[in-house]
Amino acid sequence: MTAASEPVVLRPGASDAGELRELTRLEKALGPEWARLLKGIVTNPLSVTGIVLIVLFALAAIFAPILAPPPNEMWNPMQIPRDGFRAEPQPPMSEWNKNSPMTVPWWYRNIWPRQEEWVHLMGTTSGQYDIWYGVVWGARTAFFASFVVTFATTLLGVIVGALAGFYGGWIDEALMRVVEIFYAFPFITGALILASLLTPLFGRSVWPATIALIIFGWTGYARQLRGDILTTKERDYVLAARASGAKDSHLMLQHVIPNAMFPTLVRISLNMGAVVLSFAALSFLGIGLPEGYADWGQVVSFARSWILTLDQYWYIIIFPGIALLLYGLGWNLIGDALRDILDPKLRGKKA
Amino acid sequence: MAAYIIRRLLILPIILIGVTILIFGMLQVLGPVERSALYVRDIPKNEHQVDAIITRYGLDKPFYVQYWNWLVGTVDGATGERVGGVLRGDLGYSRTGREPVIDVLLRRFPATLELAAWAMVPVIGLGIWIGAKAALNHNKPFDQVARVLAILGWSFPTFVFALLMLLVFYAKLDWFQPGQLSTQFSQEVLQPGFTQYTHMMTIDSLLNLRFDIFLDSLRHLIMPVTTLMVIEVALLLKITRSSMLEEMRQDYVTTARAKGLPEKMVVNRHIRRNALIPVITVAGLTLAGLMGGVVITETVFNYPGIGSWAAAAAVSLDVLSMLGYALFTAVLLVIANLIVDVMYAVLDPRVRLS
Repeated sequence: MTAASEPVVLRPGASDAGELRELTRLEKALGPEWARLLKGIVTNPLSVTGIVLIVLFALAAIFAPILAPPPNEMWNPMQIPRDGFRAEPQPPMSEWNKNSPMTVPWWYRNIWPRQEEWVHLMGTTSGQYDIWYGVVWGARTAFFASFVVTFATTLLGVIVGALAGFYGGWIDEALMRVVEIFYAFPFITGALILASLLTPLFGRSVWPATIALIIFGWTGYARQLRGDILTTKERDYVLAARASGAKDSHLMLQHVIPNAMFPTLVRISLNMGAVVLSFAALSFLGIGLPEGYADWGQVVSFARSWILTLDQYWYIIIFPGIALLLYGLGWNLIGDALRDILDPKLRGKKA
Repeated sequence: MAAYIIRRLLILPIILIGVTILIFGMLQVLGPVERSALYVRDIPKNEHQVDAIITRYGLDKPFYVQYWNWLVGTVDGATGERVGGVLRGDLGYSRTGREPVIDVLLRRFPATLELAAWAMVPVIGLGIWIGAKAALNHNKPFDQVARVLAILGWSFPTFVFALLMLLVFYAKLDWFQPGQLSTQFSQEVLQPGFTQYTHMMTIDSLLNLRFDIFLDSLRHLIMPVTTLMVIEVALLLKITRSSMLEEMRQDYVTTARAKGLPEKMVVNRHIRRNALIPVITVAGLTLAGLMGGVVITETVFNYPGIGSWAAAAAVSLDVLSMLGYALFTAVLLVIANLIVDVMYAVLDPRVRLS
């Protein structure tokens, strides 16, 4: 893999291979590896689709108060407003009687010029939770879970993987055994049990599932980074830096980790999507979140009481289900494209 | 190779001890008072009793003392008998199962094993077939379609897919039903006329020569098996594909072609054989994925395996059931991974001859 710190790169696969060429402005600003990555991502149709999807979800999360205004100012926005308590779900476009949004925003008026009152755009679940509200505000929960869990697991994994890969010996041996112990649990099983045990401690909130996903999620990063560090630390520029008397911490932070991190980027991107699926699966089972919390898994879980008549109440599954699928798909498309860009074996071949 | 296998075997007890420490460690997030409730079936209203239980079972002692007690059990002061002890097979009493945890596990596991085994066949078959074909058609339409399908399968939330299947094939068309057997048969298999040899319905029904029950159990397996397959096949497909692609670039392949070997022979004898070695390691991962996947799948399809029971236990904070389930799956996977590692060592000449 080309080092970010190397001043020049060969143009891969080109006829003038072997000749040096001028750096573009992008490469000067970001370094050649990052420049190539950025270029690859914005030119691949799959990753562009992924980016568009994620940007749309980000917009939904940011503008949630306009897309689905809460019933009043005192309302906790993450709690889905409920229109009464009746068990039977209401189909899309049915009347909204109680706890309807406090304002009728401009976009809503413009789409339905005659509508001055809110309707349940996507229907309601049993217990009359508004699905539209849950889907829109659920984007915030999704981003929260993805970012917090992915950040924490990456950090933990990088620390453990770096220590194991860089120092080797018994530190490596011990840390890798710990990783192996965590591997003995199917990811969702471990997370399910820990989240359930954490619920009395934290109360019903986003934290039990988030923490459980972190505790059982870091091992993949550690294993991968350890392997990548093992190969990176033997590279000439690291040996040169070491020979010139660089300290361990300097070697690690300046040379080894930044260059060993690229394959981890793929994992981060794929995990952003996977985390939300696991988080939603836990809340679908009824672990962690309080009832009525704006989360896609939670909304889908209301369909469980209507198995016999699901075809009639399809909207409880379809709308939040599509949100989950597209969110996961977005990150996976980006991750898949990143893998192709970063795979050294595919480098220089026509994509 | 022998050294490698011995090393793996030596590590096994360390991993198993680690697993028990991790499981017991997770329990420590509960306070002594909450944990005292695990030792009694009727929660005492009197606070003195709670304190008595805490001292009797040493719930306020240091971690390592409690861990040891949990492993080997404690001696009851009044009767002098040893009670509890995970190593003695006493996993406690399951509130959700209303019987000892170990009994629930053993009674429900065959159904899960049956489901996982039926899912394993299409997962491995399809995964290897599509993955290899995609690699041989690298960047051609088949490869592109396989790739998009893999990403889709990877992104599909299990429970949404499972509910969609129920929506279409149960609620709308009524072709398949949730559960393990239709109502009339589920009573019949409990009658003395039907011997449950393995507790796996598809096998027992054949052994009892009841083909109607066999077909009925197959019909019930189709939806959960499809769900597990769609989620799990993506991983195997991806790994087979990249493994094939890597082998195709090796020098020996060029040599084989240069010798004038027919393309079919190059693909089947050289590339495919070598490419499938790393795929074996994924079989272990697939089993782990399936054991995790059954939690959701069994819950949605109301299938009476250990997964749906674990989910129910987690929801109602039935701690002993959860821990028993965690221990059971972890030991299962550790052993499965060991077998996979040994198989890998036997099959891969690079490991075998080193």
